[in-house]
This record gives sequence, structure tokens and C-alpha cells, in this order.
Amino acid sequence: MTIRRICLTLFILFLLIPIYWLVMMSFKSNTEITSQLTFFPKDWTLVHYHDIFNSGKWTGSFLHSLSYVALNVAITLPLAIPAAYAFSRYDFLADKHLFFWFLTNLMAPPAVFLIPYFQLYHSIHLFDTVYAVALAHTLFNLPLAVWILEGFMSGVPREIDETAYLDGYSLPRFFIKIFLPLIGSGIGVAAFFCFMFSWIELLLANTLTSSNAMPFATMMSSAFTASGTDWGILAAAGTLTLIPGVLVIWFVRHRIASGFALGRV
Amino acid sequence: MSLVLDNVSKVVGGETHIAPMDLELESGSLSLLLGLTLSGKTSLMRLMAGLDKPSSGRILVDGRDVTGLSVRKRNVAMVYQQFINYPSLTVYENIASPLRIAGVSSSEIDRRVRAEAERLHIDAMLDRLPAELSGGQQQRTAMARALVRDAELVLLDEPLVNLDYKLRETLREELPKALEGRRSIVVYATTDPWEALAFGGRTAVLEEGNLLQYDYAANVYSAPATTHVASVFSDPPMNIIDGEIRGDELRVGDSLRTARPAALSSLSDGSYLFGVRPPHLTVNSDADKGGQRIDTAVDVTEISGSDTYVHCQVEGRPWVAVQPGVHQHDLGARLSLGFHPDKLFVFDRNEQLVHSPEAGADRQDEGA
Repeated sequence: MTIRRICLTLFILFLLIPIYWLVMMSFKSNTEITSQLTFFPKDWTLVHYHDIFNSGKWTGSFLHSLSYVALNVAITLPLAIPAAYAFSRYDFLADKHLFFWFLTNLMAPPAVFLIPYFQLYHSIHLFDTVYAVALAHTLFNLPLAVWILEGFMSGVPREIDETAYLDGYSLPRFFIKIFLPLIGSGIGVAAFFCFMFSWIELLLANTLTSSNAMPFATMMSSAFTASGTDWGILAAAGTLTLIPGVLVIWFVRHRIASGFALGRV
Repeated sequence: MSLVLDNVSKVVGGETHIAPMDLELESGSLSLLLGLTLSGKTSLMRLMAGLDKPSSGRILVDGRDVTGLSVRKRNVAMVYQQFINYPSLTVYENIASPLRIAGVSSSEIDRRVRAEAERLHIDAMLDRLPAELSGGQQQRTAMARALVRDAELVLLDEPLVNLDYKLRETLREELPKALEGRRSIVVYATTDPWEALAFGGRTAVLEEGNLLQYDYAANVYSAPATTHVASVFSDPPMNIIDGEIRGDELRVGDSLRTARPAALSSLSDGSYLFGVRPPHLTVNSDADKGGQRIDTAVDVTEISGSDTYVHCQVEGRPWVAVQPGVHQHDLGARLSLGFHPDKLFVFDRNEQLVHSPEAGADRQDEGA
């Protein structure tokens, strides 16, 4: 038992090394980072965080990223829930093929859609807005969400729907009062995956924006300059990108344990 | 109130789930659907409820055609074999849910929910969630929800089958009481003939989507219309053997010859199928006078409560004898089965009943 615990602890510590390194780097001065190998900052400094929070470009890009991620989830889930319900409950012409075609969107590399999106958004004046990125990410997140939710919905016995109709529920009322609470975990898991994809996706987000809606990750790449790399600020920015992910995982942690077992993922 | 199925059938993907059938159900007593699994009980109930549309025919409630009417406008309640409740609502809200939708006042809802819960002995659990209840209590909740609204049609699809033995017995006894004094048409599907006999309502015997017989359970039991009904409506199934009647002689099987009993005097000469109820067979006994015997060998012995089921083969057909008490017979041991020719059921070559030793004075009729 103790051996097992020790091994597990060692393994987790091993996994945490890069994160530890990143966080420690963000508290070191650039001189310390480039000149010597230290496992712990000799002089703690918050100067990098100070720089980020006092630069409109950094905070602005952070907000851009957060807003297109939130927008994306807000677009994807209301569309995915009815779609998943239809796939789960109804037989319609070519339903299985449609479902599969939906999933093939996930197999296509985002780069394929880069040029068409770029052109399209330019022509309808969506280029360089958070809406452009949110919509582009929907292409990948919607199939994923439909797929996850369909699994959860199929886990709810059809008889519950039928009983509700026999009791006189209308479809919208049944959905809100009975069905959505039953697939709460699924919605949590789907939202989590949409967040994950959208938050870390760089290629589309980078290409479809320039200065007005620049995502955080793009802003980070601007820390590489001709005069050298600002390691400290990069490390601080990297640490900050981890925080929303940690928060999301914290909020869905109970749902995820039950959720992953129930659904297909 | 009445529910009439007029030439209703259901075909799914070229496969006949329900062959065209006419059926008339009356309110006030329990109607039963009896058949083995896949006999079409659930399909038929779904048609009655309006969850599925029949491929042909009409469904009439009090003479009103409701064939195309949506489920929500039907006033039907259903209890499934699985325990189906709304998991996120408390027991109280589960039972109250159809009343809330119907817009009943909350004082009236409270009164009816509590009365129904008390009748089904779940009044102490009203604040719990279904997942916190035992299987029996979950099914009681589902029943309470189905009964609370006094629907025109209440469908119970094998509601007791997923419960353990004791609970099943208790609920089976309570159910008729819970149904007493209601105006609803209550339909109960079961695989168990004893359950049908216990409830005693009109019973529709189904096999592979065909309606074999529709009569009071006691009548079906004493006079099964065909050999199929006889085997469905008897547990263990009735034993069947080929035979002949020639003049004064009764031939049972290949070898047994005896005098034609007086009860069979009206039958014309010809070949027939004879049926013997398993409890009417005696096993290796000389006690029974006037009896005939068939010799065979033991296949399997099965102890069922205080009875012993002895399985064997008679002229290529599987037979069972019920022997009171617990006995052990060795595999392949010599077996002599005694029966009385007076107790034979007689079916013609088309497997239709032509004589039953039990039909007669105790026949239950309309209004009885």
C-alpha cells in the first residue's frame, strides 16, 4: 500500500516538473533565468506579472481569448443539445451517415479550413473579431459536443421521455424540467471539451485575427523579439494561461468522474 | 368507458409485430395480456397508448377514433417493466407531475398525491429521490404516478417482473385494492398465467403477435382454445400426445389402448391430440384405479417448492409430471406415468379444442 502510494506520488511529481519549472521561472529575474540553473528563485520578483497586468496589449489579448472561448461554448451547446437529442431519439433519413459526417469534421486538420475562412471573414467584415474565432472553432466543437451529448442522452431510457409525454409534458417543458437535469454531467463534459479545444487552439485564432482581437497565445509569441526573448514574461504568461483551465477543471471535477464513465469519452 | 381495437396491426420493417386483431376492453375490471416474451404484449400496449401508430386499423375510446391523436392528448398512463421515474424530482413531485401539467390546484394536488401514496404505502418516502428507494418502492412510485390522475387508460407492462419474489406477491395482492373503484380501463401484461388467474380479469392470450383467445382467465384455463394457449396458459405447460378415437376404443400414443370414456362419446372417430395437465399425472404409483399408464425414462428432476417436476420424453414430445413432495429420480430411471382418461383435453388435428374435462358449471360469463 505504501509502496503504491510512494510510486504514485513520484509519478505525479515527475509529471508536474515542467509546470513547476514554468511557475518558478515566472518569479525569477531574466538574469537569473539565463545565467544559472536554480530550482528555486533566489530573488522572488513579481515584475513579470506586473508588466503583464499593466500592459493593455497583454490584458486585452487575455480578454479576447476568454471571450471567444466563452462565446464558442455559448454557441455550441444550445446548438448541440437539440441536435444530439435528435440523433439519440429519432430515426430519420440518413441519420447515421449524417452523424458520421459530422464527426469527420473533427478528422480534418484545421489548416484545411484556414484559407476559406480567412477569405470569407474578410469579405463579411468579421476578420479580426472574437466572433470570427468563436465561429471557426464551432466547426470543430459542435461535432465533438454532439458526439459527447448523444452518448449521455442515449444513456437516459427512452421510457422517461415517453412517460413525460404520457403525463402531458410538451417537448420544451420536458426538456427543461426533466431532461436537462438528467444530462447535466454530459453538458459539463461537453462544455469542458469545447473550452479545452478553443482555449489551446492557436492556428485559426492566430490567422483570423490581427491587432484588434489578438489571442493570448499570439501575444506570447511576440515576446520573441530581435533583441532577444523575454523569458520571464513568457513564463508568467504561460502560468496565467493555466489558470482558467484549472478553474474549469475545478468546477466540473465531480461531473467529470461520473461523466466520463457514462458517456462515450 | 371502453377501448376498442378495430382490426389493428403493426408491421415494422416487413416484420409483423401485431397481426390484425379486434379487441374490446371495458372499464371497471382488470384486462390482461398474457403471452411469453416477444408475443407482442408491449407492442400492443404501445399501440393502445398511442406511442406507436398502427399500420392498419382504428383505435376507439368510447366510440371516439383516437388512432392519429398525439400521446399528450390521449389521457393514458403507463407503467413499464423497468422502474421509470423522473430521477431529478422527489417522489412527491414525481406523483404530482401529471397533475401539475393538467393545472390542478396545489391543495387538490397535495390531497391526491398523499392519498395515492398512502394507498401504495410510500407516504413515508415522499421527500426522497427515486434513486434513494428500493426497487419495489420505485415501482410503487411509478404506479402512483400512473394512477393519481385517473387516466382513461392505465397500462401496466409487466410491472412486477423485475421485483423479487416476496415483493411481487405483496404488490400482486395490493394491486386489485389500489384499482378498486376506478373508472379507468386497466390493462396488465404478464407472462405468468397464475398472475392472470389471480387477477381474474378478461385475458387476451397472445403468441407471436396473434390473438389466440380472449376470455375470462378462469375460462381460458379450463378451456384453452388451442394447444398453444394450453401451453402458454399453464405452468408447467400441458403435456400433448397424438392419439385416435376409433369406435369404442381410445388410442393414446402408439401403444396405449383403452375403452372410450363416456365423456368423449360425442366425438366422431378420427385422430386427435390429447392433453394432460402435469399435476394430473401420477408418478410410479399403483394407487390410482382405472388409470392408464405410459412408460418412459426420467430426463431431469427439478424441485419446485414442495413439488417435484419430473421431465421426460413421451413419443418425441417433452413431458412434465408434477409429483407432490420432494423426490429424487435418477437420470434414465424407469418412469411410469399414470393418468385418467376422463381428465384428457382433446384437440383436433388443427390443434383446436374440442373437449375439455374442466369446462362446464364454473364457467364465468359477462357480469359474473
